[in-house]
Amino acid sequence: MPPTPFEYAPAPESRAVVDIASSYGLFIDGEFVEGTGTTIKSINPATEEVLAEISVASDTDVDRAVKAARRAYTRVWSKTSGKERAKYLFRIARLVQERSRELAVLETLDNGKPIKESRDVDIPLVAAHFFYYAGWADKLEHAGFGPNPRPLGVAAQVIPWNFPLLMLAWKIAPALAAGNTVVLKPAETTSLTALLFADICRQAELPPGVVNIITGAGETGRALVEHPDVDKVAFTGSTEVGKAIARSVAGTDKKLTLELGGKAANIVFDDAPIDQTVEGIVAGIFFNQGHVCCAGSRLLVQESVADEVVDRLKRRLSTLRLGDPLDKNTDIGAINSLEQLERIRHLAGVGDDEGAERWTADCDLPAKGYWFAPTVFTGVSQAHRIAREEIFGPVLSVLTFRTPAEAIEKANNTPYGLSAGIWTDKGSRILKVANAMRAGVVWANTFNRFDPTSPFGGYKESGYGREGGRHGLASYLDVV
Amino acid sequence: MSRPPSDVLADPGALVDVSRSDATLRRFLHGLPGVDQVGADARAAALSTRSIKTTAKAFAIDLAISMIDLTTLEGNDTPGKVRSLCAKARHPDPHDPTVPRTAAVCVYSDLVGLAKAELGDSGVKVAAVATAFPSGRAALAVKLADTGDALRQGADEIDMVIDRGAYLSGRYLEVFEEIAAIKQVIIDDGSRAHLKVILETGELQTYDNVRRASWIAMLAGADFIKTSTGKISPAATLPVTLVMLEACRDWRAATGELVGMKPAGGIRTTKDAMKFLVLVNETVGTEWLTPDLFRIGASSLLNDLLLQRQRMASGRYSGPDYVTVD
Repeated sequence: MPPTPFEYAPAPESRAVVDIASSYGLFIDGEFVEGTGTTIKSINPATEEVLAEISVASDTDVDRAVKAARRAYTRVWSKTSGKERAKYLFRIARLVQERSRELAVLETLDNGKPIKESRDVDIPLVAAHFFYYAGWADKLEHAGFGPNPRPLGVAAQVIPWNFPLLMLAWKIAPALAAGNTVVLKPAETTSLTALLFADICRQAELPPGVVNIITGAGETGRALVEHPDVDKVAFTGSTEVGKAIARSVAGTDKKLTLELGGKAANIVFDDAPIDQTVEGIVAGIFFNQGHVCCAGSRLLVQESVADEVVDRLKRRLSTLRLGDPLDKNTDIGAINSLEQLERIRHLAGVGDDEGAERWTADCDLPAKGYWFAPTVFTGVSQAHRIAREEIFGPVLSVLTFRTPAEAIEKANNTPYGLSAGIWTDKGSRILKVANAMRAGVVWANTFNRFDPTSPFGGYKESGYGREGGRHGLASYLDVV
Repeated sequence: MSRPPSDVLADPGALVDVSRSDATLRRFLHGLPGVDQVGADARAAALSTRSIKTTAKAFAIDLAISMIDLTTLEGNDTPGKVRSLCAKARHPDPHDPTVPRTAAVCVYSDLVGLAKAELGDSGVKVAAVATAFPSGRAALAVKLADTGDALRQGADEIDMVIDRGAYLSGRYLEVFEEIAAIKQVIIDDGSRAHLKVILETGELQTYDNVRRASWIAMLAGADFIKTSTGKISPAATLPVTLVMLEACRDWRAATGELVGMKPAGGIRTTKDAMKFLVLVNETVGTEWLTPDLFRIGASSLLNDLLLQRQRMASGRYSGPDYVTVD
């Protein structure tokens, strides 16, 4: 008797745990206020259902928010002791934990990422970041920046749509711990968890104006970072926008950190622990549908094991479960927006035109929503655009190398330098190759692991400045 | 560096020479890809978050029951105890004939005859632990005699232990030859009994050892590889089972043969059992989801599965007095 397939019944997380309003205003000076600009719809990318209408902050609204932040900085937050600031941050961290289910469901609805990732990765890391920086708030004089490091003032923060609440935490937690006030703009497609976070700030009784959240698209972001009363600009997003911000900030006193794109090499040597390597390749490029700036999008595999690695990878990819992001058994969720889906399709098409061989996991794509099946291109060379440009989707380019020196050369031969991965059982090789990588983060025998204690940031066109760890404090203090 | 598994994939005949000498066997085993412990643990943990509900759960509960090797391996085992175990294996729930029987009962070899008589033609197999179970510390002649005795009493399956002392001192060929010798006893006996090889992974400790020992067992003719005796902790962990299932998968790729897998020891709840079935499903696939290729060595697990089964049928929890204590 042939065995019966073990089909997993649908196991959807309930969306009843979160209340979504039909429209949202802007969070300025501790209150939700009406914006004076237009509105845009925030949709669920898995179903194309409209979740809510959000405001597009106008120049006037941006000015209001910056003024509120300045007032809060001058009158309250700059006079609040580190110990007191820590209390608020600890309180926020605990509230994030208490409301984690609500936050995870909302993140999945608005972003399209699988609930198992928002539940097990994003939201726990959000809480961890607030806990971590809460601990620093009253110990800044011991952080290695001199006896009395001072905050910068008002921070303008613009974040992307791939890890909406986590990027908010990376920005807000160190800023507040160091004594700054903030105006944060989430991405226009994923504003809802930031607005729920505003509610958490109120619940934590954070003084009004310390955190201001304004929504909108590129124009709002530009108005925010160009506002003359901003002391610090922190941006995570595309290299193109990052360059524009760098130009606009040039010649001002604003301190700038940029965390931009990447085209990370994930280097597999012939002695790698092969099954875990395959898992690491999957985690490197298919985690969060590949919407990860530090994704291991270029697989550099030693030629002698290339066929075996690719065969095993394809077999593993065939077990990935793509579909309803709210289902607890979903591995691959929806692409965040139609715009991004079209970009992925375009670049994959370029891969075909350039002569790379496309392989796609055999899985049914839902009829509605934005979906892209896990895809692997083999026969890719350094000269191909799919080996050089950030696709920001579930598309892996496989290249081969013959010697460690060639691997290092190819890995570094990119305008980016955000992250890299090394897979080998040989400890000495890990150390040697890691030292040769021009990348801000190097993972050895793992990939896409994050921790608030570890600094994160890039080389070259991947940006400058570090977030996370002790280094992350420097970005928000008046230190060199 | 040459990689034996790739060579093997390219040329199945290459396996024949592997056990020619201690040196060739060692070279082969040490050429297997390493196992990164952190990564293996993470993969097993990730799979254990699968949510198995409603129809999937009902399916998995019955599948798990049908895969159980219902086990008693105690110094105080008596004919009475074994009889009640056999009755339980045939009809796990006396009030519900739709409950499948377990795959086997697993006993010490002196109780095999009794178990065979009790089980008759029910289809429930009798597995005997042999080869100086659980420590494996005896002369080869004693182990062969132990196995022969179990077979004469009618054992359908032999659960042997490997010589962990020989393995850990690097005498791989000795481990191989001992398994092959037990297999030869079974072949000579003509009984077609299945050979399950217990690695006692809690004593081998590293996942590299687990992978290598799995290959030794399969090279020597194991029909099943099994994690543990149940006498050493940790016993059947998820990551160890994952590493062994990967060995089964790679063996299949190399030879076309399907070797079975049996985690044993420490699997007590329905939730645990679900995790193991998910691991099988997503590592080796549907083909292994049959008692012919996957077993769970357990005793208290069965009652928890029955309680969950009753709850799914009635919509409410009963209690420990609504399943039989044997």
